[in-house]
Amino acid sequence: MCFLSIFAFSGQALIPETNIVFLELNKMKITFILNDQVIQTEQSGAGTLLDFIRYEANLRGTKIGCREGDCGACTVLSGTLQQGKIFYQSLTSCLTPLANAHGKHIVTVEGFNLPGLNKVQEAMVECSGTQCGFCTPGFVVSLGGYALQDTHPSQDCAISAIDGNICRCTGYKSIERAACIVQDSLEQQDSARPLDWLVEHHFIPAWFRDIPQRLEALNIPETAFPKTSGRLFVGGGTDLYVQKPDALPDLPINYIFGKLSKAPIESIGNTIHIQGGATATDLMNAPVFLEAFPRWYEYFKLVSSTPIRNIGTVAGNLVNASPIGDITAMLLALNARILLQQENGEERILPLRQFYKAYKTLDKAAGEWIAEVHVDLQKDTNTLFHFEKVCKRTYLDIASVNTAISLKTKGNLLLEAHVSAGGVAPVPLYLDKTSRYLEGKTIQTEMVLEAIEVLQSEIHPISDARGSAAYKRTLARQLFMGHFLTLFPETIQMEALV
Amino acid sequence: MKNIDARNHVQGKSIYLDDIPEINGTLYAVPFDAPVGHARIVKMDFTKAMNMPGIARIITAADIPGENQIGGIIPDEPLFAEGEIHFWGHPIGIILGTSEYACRKAREVIEIEYEALPVITCPREAQKQNHLIAPPRTFVLGDTSEHWAECDYVLEGKADVNGQEHLYIETQGAYARPKEDGCIWVASSTQGPTAVQKAIRKVLNLPMHKIEVDTVRLGGGFGGKEDQATAWAVMAALAAHVVQKPVKLSLHRMDDMRMTGKRHPYSADYKIGLNKDLKILCYEATFYQNAGAAADLSTSVLERTLFHCTNAYFIPNVKATAYSCKTNLPPNTAFRGFGGPQGMFVIEAAITKVAEQIGVTADQIQKANLVRNGDVFSYGQVIDKSEAHNSWNACVNTYNLEKIQAEIRAFNQSNYRFKKGVAVQPICFGISFTNTMMNHARALVHIYQDGSVVVSTGAVEMGQGVNTKLAQVAAITLGIPASWIRLESTNTLRVANTSPTAASAGADLNGKALQIACQNLMDRMMPVAQALLNTEANLQIKDGVVHKDNEATELTWQQLVLQSFMRRISLSEQAHYSTPVIQYDKTKEKGHPFAYHVYGTAILVVTVDCLRGTYVFDEVNIVHDLGKTLNADIDNGQIEGALVQGIGWMTLEEILFNDKGKLLTHALSTYKIPDIYSVPLQINIQHLDTPGHDLAILKSKAVGEPPLMYGLGAYFAIRNAVKAFNPNHDPNIDAPYTPEKVLMDLYSKRKA
Repeated sequence: MCFLSIFAFSGQALIPETNIVFLELNKMKITFILNDQVIQTEQSGAGTLLDFIRYEANLRGTKIGCREGDCGACTVLSGTLQQGKIFYQSLTSCLTPLANAHGKHIVTVEGFNLPGLNKVQEAMVECSGTQCGFCTPGFVVSLGGYALQDTHPSQDCAISAIDGNICRCTGYKSIERAACIVQDSLEQQDSARPLDWLVEHHFIPAWFRDIPQRLEALNIPETAFPKTSGRLFVGGGTDLYVQKPDALPDLPINYIFGKLSKAPIESIGNTIHIQGGATATDLMNAPVFLEAFPRWYEYFKLVSSTPIRNIGTVAGNLVNASPIGDITAMLLALNARILLQQENGEERILPLRQFYKAYKTLDKAAGEWIAEVHVDLQKDTNTLFHFEKVCKRTYLDIASVNTAISLKTKGNLLLEAHVSAGGVAPVPLYLDKTSRYLEGKTIQTEMVLEAIEVLQSEIHPISDARGSAAYKRTLARQLFMGHFLTLFPETIQMEALV
Repeated sequence: MKNIDARNHVQGKSIYLDDIPEINGTLYAVPFDAPVGHARIVKMDFTKAMNMPGIARIITAADIPGENQIGGIIPDEPLFAEGEIHFWGHPIGIILGTSEYACRKAREVIEIEYEALPVITCPREAQKQNHLIAPPRTFVLGDTSEHWAECDYVLEGKADVNGQEHLYIETQGAYARPKEDGCIWVASSTQGPTAVQKAIRKVLNLPMHKIEVDTVRLGGGFGGKEDQATAWAVMAALAAHVVQKPVKLSLHRMDDMRMTGKRHPYSADYKIGLNKDLKILCYEATFYQNAGAAADLSTSVLERTLFHCTNAYFIPNVKATAYSCKTNLPPNTAFRGFGGPQGMFVIEAAITKVAEQIGVTADQIQKANLVRNGDVFSYGQVIDKSEAHNSWNACVNTYNLEKIQAEIRAFNQSNYRFKKGVAVQPICFGISFTNTMMNHARALVHIYQDGSVVVSTGAVEMGQGVNTKLAQVAAITLGIPASWIRLESTNTLRVANTSPTAASAGADLNGKALQIACQNLMDRMMPVAQALLNTEANLQIKDGVVHKDNEATELTWQQLVLQSFMRRISLSEQAHYSTPVIQYDKTKEKGHPFAYHVYGTAILVVTVDCLRGTYVFDEVNIVHDLGKTLNADIDNGQIEGALVQGIGWMTLEEILFNDKGKLLTHALSTYKIPDIYSVPLQINIQHLDTPGHDLAILKSKAVGEPPLMYGLGAYFAIRNAVKAFNPNHDPNIDAPYTPEKVLMDLYSKRKA
């Protein structure tokens, strides 16, 4: 998926200087636990975890479907140790640099195998959730990963766990039924001793219990590998490994994924500080946004899929500069600022809407990276936010057009407005004229219709695989209406608009 | 009984092509192709590529010892482009190296100069210029020209239906290894091992007995590996033959999507005439099939379009003509339904539009024209054992169509933003290869001295569960548990001269052959049992024990097998089956091409969000004719999977080429197949209670393709919802109905 990525490419000129550093780097050993075995490898960290699993470790249960994070056949789990406890997330191994496995517990389908079938496997067999079987290990791992989560609130959550897995044979209904069986059984889980319960109830092998201690015993400092001055920052890899996987082994990479010095998202006064390396999942689950905006979680369900959200980062989405980045559109409408840093410690703050100069051209110096994103959110004012996105397929797809809006209101009056739209210009667009038009207006039908005229004057969509220019114009109009229909259902009715 | 592969699948233990352990010294192959739709090759320079690390050799047409030709029906398809490029993605050669990565890096520096030639992507344009794969075909029944005057309603129109990418999750691939004496072993992810063997014979100039093709299973096929698995297997075999080393070729997804053909897009003109009782008296259609740059299976696909151009309806006067048009796209190929769905789409479009003109619902016309026993199809086959009315009635009564329609009317009246639409979709699909000579199969059964059984047939397992059904057939016929039977890979040394596993006929043809083989073994062993039990009574075997008068004797299967062996009775059997009755005369376009037909009816309900142009299918209710199902788990899985694939084709799955012939929907990021959230919220399936058909294996009817065509109703359900919001607009018929087309139709000419 190209809209969630970390791609802070600092300029070709720096590459030759860093080649030597890079070569030394490659001799460092990447260390992790793969299922129940400790791995130490001198393989290039820039290769994919998928290729390592299949062709070095010879675990052929993990399949290659698309190599762009869009099918989930290569799904594995990554377990991260935090204060003696291990947290598992699913990810697409085709987009994950091997280096990102360093210090982790990586689990493939083989890692779930017991002498008999495990509970997930049994449910899949019982419901005939497998036909050709090629996508099946990905589903089994995703559902196994769900079992390893702390909570199992609902069937919908179980289904969400497999929202990144594509099956061409079954039509999914049988897999849905299997997920429901898994859910039913997880609802019985003893939350006091979750891992033991999972072992006793045949979800996972017993050796899972020893993994935290074993990881700890390996004593792998999380940030130790690879310490590098490589100038190509790679986070989750969700766009770079789609666009240029074969070029990466030749480039000086700085692997930054998961190496946060602060909490991914925290509030300081009225400002929310989002770390550049925070993932979409971090953002999706951030209490501060969930409390402020009732549909926040649903918006993020429209962003890619669970395994991609687990690795795609906020800064990656921003610097990728895709004209249809979902998180970019949201942050533009939240009137975010970015904190740009350089290696020499210099920093500057820039409104996000000034970051995009032209197609894939940023106001960013060669050595700069996005360290943080700041969003002001005053709890006492009435701030409303909404996000709309339409693509061919509602989920796990790239927008034809997306748009976000944030509004500060007082009664029927719009005090402040910020509107963004993606897919309608060469850059993610902050709709300045539309936003300024809205400010000071009273919420009513005519105002929305007039604002649409303003909006149409500042967008310039082109025809491509995601839709014709005419379609995108129509869609931008409709989705803009969607903001007001959703936020002001009492005042604005669709009958009056179209 | 669950799929016999399921346990291994869920544990990641099943072995697909790319999972075969590599032999030391294996080289990897990556194809290189032309980034032009139509051009002459002026110059090729591999110097830089050959100097890249890890590159062993580059193989092109010049290395072919035999013919540079892999066309199956018509010899018009070179393995490697030579001199001229006919489509964007046309393979020119392969790079061999120590890793795929090394080969891909070398591919970046291959230098080829082209001289551009005019590109045609539109089938109507190709037809105008007489670029045809083969002469057109016409099916005629009655005489339309004499009966238009009797029609109270006549409508002419145009309908377009796009192609569909197979998107088997396992890409195409093959692994070849030289054996002694010039022989070659090829593992191929193919639906047609014999087709691969024959193509290797021609390209390598080897006799077929030197070529072993082995297929364990496919990670999805859907027709995409019936003919188009061949090229990659031949390339691997050629490379292995040339360098005398093992060679593996497993396509990258984007290479696969760019280089391989898809379901055929069609454009069609139709003319339909009905009397006031809504009986269709006349139907004329002209089909323009977009075949792509070579014949592949297009002529056979075209034929099935004609066979199914009246779907489940009896129309006394039919004239249907079809052109297979040669364009500069990758050669289009088999895809579940094999041209039938496209033919059916056009008659459904005609019925929908004429219903709108008359002011009735389409289901009234559909119902009034369903086939009955004694009716005749345009190709001369007289209908018997029709289940068209039974399935229709069962469906509309079970699920209460009238109530659904009334609820939708009420919903649409009280809702502005959301509109619902319903469509009824009957299906009638003929079972047999339409090329009569392909309808035969063989099975080889060995019983070992310990009583365990191994079965080989020509059927290829690709997820459809054919091996499970075959295990059941053997278990039932031999009277032993299925767990004692192993289904072996499909291998040209064990079962020769096979037809591809296609046309929904795999279980019927191979199952019947297997049944005969098992019965022959029983006929040899039962006299031994009688002798051992000292009886002349009829004996049966149940659950692995010999029974007399339904009572278990002390004689077990294992003892009987060993005793038979001691008496020097052969415990191996090879049997042959060919479908009786069927015949077809192409010179007259008349005959009895199908062993039987499969029927069914679906009701599809959709909700369209008229703000966003998006849609959700609320429910699909199906009554399907399986005969006496041999395996309900597998058959229901086929129905659900085919339905969703059909809905995908009609809704999200949009293939786009630019006018230069470049595929724009080139990856999973741009070509969207259904995910778990885009399938109908509810799929209800009921089996029609029917006696089955003697030509179906154990009366269990073929199931692979027919349910895909329930998906056609998705298009018309959406149309009905769109028209509920925008009644003044008469949208073009142009599938798929993407959210883009929906939104544009919702707001087109709305205020007129």
